[in-house]
Amino acid sequence: MAKHSLFDLAVTVNGTRYERAVEPRTLLSDFLRHDLGLTGTHVGCEHGVCGACTVLLDGRPARSCLLFAVQVHGHEVATVEGLGTIENLHPIQEAFREAHGLQCGFCTPGILMTVVPFLEQNPDPSEREIREAISGNLCRCTGYQHVVDAVKLAAGKMRT
Amino acid sequence: MTKQIIGKRIRRNEDPRLLTGQALFVDDVEIPGMLHAAFVRSDYAHARLLGIDVSAARKRPGVVAVFTAEDMGNDWQPGPPLVSPPPTAKDVVFHSRRQVPLVKDKVRHAGEAIAVVIAESRYIAEDAVEDVLVQLEPLEAVIDLEKGLQAGSPLVHDDLESNLAAHLRQKKGDYEAARDRADLVIKRRIVIERGAAAAMENRGVVAHWDEKSKSLTVWDTTQAPIPIRNGLATRLGLSENQVRVIAPFIGGGFGPKMMMFYPEEMLIPWVSMKLSRPIKWIEDRRENFYATTQERGQIHDAEIALSGDGRVLGLMDVFLHDTGAYDPYGLTIPLNTQCHLMGPYDIRNFTSDVSVVFTNKTLVTPVRGAGRAQGIFIIERLLDIAARELGIDLVEIRKRNLIPPDAFPYEHTIIDQAFAPLVLDSGNYWPVMEKAREMVGYAQFVKDEQPRLRAEGRCVGIGITPFIESTGVGPYEGARVTIQADGKIFVATGYGTQGQGHFTTFAQIVAEQLGATVSDVHIVTGDTAEFHWGTGTFASRGVVVAGNAIHAASSMVRQKVLRLAGKILETPEEELELAEGLVRLADMPQKSISLAELAVLANPLRGAVQPGTEPGLEATAYFGPQFGATAFGTHAMILEIDPETMMIDIKRYITVEDCGTVINPLILEGQIHGGVSMGIGNAYYEKLHFGENGQLLNASFADYLVPSSTEMPRIEVGHVETNAPFNELGAKGVGEAGAIPVPALFAQAIENAFYDRGLEILEMPLSPNRLFELLNEEKSQ
Amino acid sequence: MKPAPFEYYVPTTVEEALTSLVEHGYDAKVLAGGQSLIPMMNFRLVQPSALIDLNNIPELSYIHPDENGGLRLGAMARHHQVEVDPLVATRAPLVHETIPKIANTQVRSRGTFGGSISHADPSAELVSVTVALDGRFRLRSQSGERWVSANDFFVGLFTTVLEPAELLVEVALPPMPARSGWSLMEVARRPHDFALVGVAAAVALDEQGLCQRARMVFLSVGDCPMVAHRAAESLKGQAPTLEAIRAAAEIAASEDIDPGSDIHATADFRRHLASVLARRALEQAFKRAANIE
Repeated sequence: MAKHSLFDLAVTVNGTRYERAVEPRTLLSDFLRHDLGLTGTHVGCEHGVCGACTVLLDGRPARSCLLFAVQVHGHEVATVEGLGTIENLHPIQEAFREAHGLQCGFCTPGILMTVVPFLEQNPDPSEREIREAISGNLCRCTGYQHVVDAVKLAAGKMRT
Repeated sequence: MTKQIIGKRIRRNEDPRLLTGQALFVDDVEIPGMLHAAFVRSDYAHARLLGIDVSAARKRPGVVAVFTAEDMGNDWQPGPPLVSPPPTAKDVVFHSRRQVPLVKDKVRHAGEAIAVVIAESRYIAEDAVEDVLVQLEPLEAVIDLEKGLQAGSPLVHDDLESNLAAHLRQKKGDYEAARDRADLVIKRRIVIERGAAAAMENRGVVAHWDEKSKSLTVWDTTQAPIPIRNGLATRLGLSENQVRVIAPFIGGGFGPKMMMFYPEEMLIPWVSMKLSRPIKWIEDRRENFYATTQERGQIHDAEIALSGDGRVLGLMDVFLHDTGAYDPYGLTIPLNTQCHLMGPYDIRNFTSDVSVVFTNKTLVTPVRGAGRAQGIFIIERLLDIAARELGIDLVEIRKRNLIPPDAFPYEHTIIDQAFAPLVLDSGNYWPVMEKAREMVGYAQFVKDEQPRLRAEGRCVGIGITPFIESTGVGPYEGARVTIQADGKIFVATGYGTQGQGHFTTFAQIVAEQLGATVSDVHIVTGDTAEFHWGTGTFASRGVVVAGNAIHAASSMVRQKVLRLAGKILETPEEELELAEGLVRLADMPQKSISLAELAVLANPLRGAVQPGTEPGLEATAYFGPQFGATAFGTHAMILEIDPETMMIDIKRYITVEDCGTVINPLILEGQIHGGVSMGIGNAYYEKLHFGENGQLLNASFADYLVPSSTEMPRIEVGHVETNAPFNELGAKGVGEAGAIPVPALFAQAIENAFYDRGLEILEMPLSPNRLFELLNEEKSQ
Repeated sequence: MKPAPFEYYVPTTVEEALTSLVEHGYDAKVLAGGQSLIPMMNFRLVQPSALIDLNNIPELSYIHPDENGGLRLGAMARHHQVEVDPLVATRAPLVHETIPKIANTQVRSRGTFGGSISHADPSAELVSVTVALDGRFRLRSQSGERWVSANDFFVGLFTTVLEPAELLVEVALPPMPARSGWSLMEVARRPHDFALVGVAAAVALDEQGLCQRARMVFLSVGDCPMVAHRAAESLKGQAPTLEAIRAAAEIAASEDIDPGSDIHATADFRRHLASVLARRALEQAFKRAANIE
């Protein structure tokens, strides 16, 4: 059985630089969760539809289950852990709490990481634009309404 | 009961952890030395297992073990039955066949587990799965319910004479006599197809057997940690106290995580004990479509008898229910269907006959609604058809049949899923329907807007559908409430949570009794080490059953607080109030003592605890409802369909819900929105497509279509509160309500949109393609 | 659902990439956006022994104007770049209109123009759009390079004329003729899903306002993008009236396509949708050509 080479990966996640030797086939979602212990990013499907694994790669939202960890060598990744803390929630997180934009919370980190760049691009979105923006994030609990309300509320908070 | 905190839109206690990625889900558990499991699963739906060769898999570097049914020896046994047939019903036929940890003689559904590989990583385990050689002799699969019951059909269970898993007939009054005097009899065949719960979190089990302390800890994505603990202890030859089951944060339950015991739940702890290593198994999404339970497949031959003015004289329904390859859940779902066939209506004559059929498909256990939506679909379709034939308005025909408010508790005399006589405890139905009709602007729409839009060539339809939901069934739940030395309140209950906001709603119930701040009430759920009496989270019973237990325990603690405070403050208890974490004189609030101080005083370091009393400010209470609480609601919708492409656009969606006392309106709305999204999925998007050979053709999110944000309308939630008389909180459940009437509502609204095409919808789910076919059938007739 | 093991190569120039392709044989796969390839690898539907990652080749990622008024896109131009590029908006408005319809934001962050083309999914919008626009593709191998028209590029289900050691490096879109119109119409269960049926239309009017050209290319109705030749013929030299458009749409649906059935739609429904969408696409495209829209 051939032994497959390990790759020396250096990546910055939430501002911290990490160096690890990884197998090329290790998915970024697994690398973040199990190699780095950043379990806030969740895995819902591993075929790129549900969006629960969404992280930011160089500031753009991407499905971490459709990236090999080795691909982010030399790049910057942002996950939900970098957004805010329990004592100090990011305004977007505050808004989600106020508007009840989450129930079981499993899809939530993926939605948050989609909303962060969205609001940067579109600081005053309409309901329709919000729904389109999060159409790549499946949620089984909320029916999306309070999520949309949360994004609107977040937009308001960020503008002030 | 006061309502200072109950009824308020309070932000959730659990959110900061969930929002920052700090909440522990099962796959987040990491234990040093942990190994990973992957399953070899059958591609065939029905096949004889001729042989397995795991030698190559065992040799692969990184593989620690591979187990088959044979390797389990005497430890191999089918799962325990969960729900026995109702002892109170007569002439019940019931063949119990339960799921197995690993296939021994034959495969009975695609995805059934044949072997388990244990390796250093899930990646290596999956490599080794491909090394395993399985010899299967494919057999003809039982897919069709009717064909499955015919003589000569292949048998799912060879030791039975047929694929009949169960048969039950329920009667009320005399349907035949009612039919004889009817002015109109309508008979229809109605077919409902399976759907999946598809929670965003797949299932998972982490089991850790510690040889030194001889204790087993299991993290499990289960809705029922206590029964799992008890069952595992029995299965593995352990005492209950040696087993701890933790259901941490769970990414959505919706029913299938209530199923016990999944093969993986039985196997992974066993492997951990065998290898003395922690073992993790996390289901992937493809497995979820095969190995996690599904629900809704039924075929109904239904008949309704009415008088000329639209009064229902009787109802008869003969139906087949698909239970899949095994039937651990007994008759729960078909009983629910039977109990909802009469809907909210005063129907005196009723016969329902159900045959449960084994098929070579994934097991069927409750998915949000648990059989109720099917019952409601039948009665609402029949009433719609009757209304058309009799020339009566759709809302009016329902009004004429609703159970009047003075008829409660209304006894249907048939039995329900808890084996108790079906009693609708309370209700005031017409105001709810009326409110929905007002909110959607029914009269004005039908009179003005719809004709105008139709004249423009647009296809718009309106629907309005009432429903009941039986909730809050027993047997019981319990809770322990403790005021701690820092004044914070600790509550432990066995009732698990999968997103319903229990950390907040339960805290509100406690805070109401003890005058505390909601964020100072800390709830622990789903850990058998904290609380080990209870059943599980299902049947919309959280607030009713667990909530009332928590309420009772809080009330007991309140009494202790008042007694002790009264002594210390030298004041009669009636003059004291609890607020802001203090006990104080209502008329002189400066005279007070904090709960924290009281808690310390209640736990003396010196002196004796009086006989008949307990130290501390703590109480444990249980609640077991005699019968459930029946919630009621009405949904209304205005829908536009592009008549060329069959794409839908929901213009308005209204729900009016009566679930008794509302603990937290914000959370309630969330439950309704979520339920409606599943209902819309069931109506127009979600269908499990099985091929002729029993394979699932759409086992991925790319092809199993769950509504996304662009499919969901904005839902307007209206509310009516009729106090539930038989529990102190006055509450009814609401977890499943959003999903229940939606298919019936869609059928009605779509027929209304195509009013001039004579469309009759007798199936669920629909889709653009199916609608196109139905309309062309109508055309050609 | 974890992928099988593979060797991983990260060329930084096209030359290096081509060398890797030659060295690692038929069982190597090229990794561009990964939005189609990686799900298939996770399902273990494909198990390449080697992956050649193109994401670190800066020379492949550009959007340039062509001196003849058209557009040149490097194969690794990502959808999100193409979506906001002003050159694309003016010189290839059909592409500009199409990109937002591709899946969702996350997919567009990574997905590439060249990747979509090479993958040759008959349900992919860009596949039909490049055929509708008479695009051309530059293919390079160690032995040289060649140009292939989009029309000739797609030959079967997920199959193109690309040789195993050949790489698509550039897409060239011609300048739009005067009085051009365009449209992309799709029906999908959810907006971000693959279309049940779709059509990309590129039309042009002559000076008299008669149809000079009406190119319609369908998605999801066959193994390849299906060009509606007969429908195009029927409209040539005609005034684009509603009746003419309706008739052409009928011809397209009944004669120019060969849709199949699957769990989402039957062949009959697809044919019906094709007719409806062709009609709507032509209406919109001709309105734009006449500058009415």
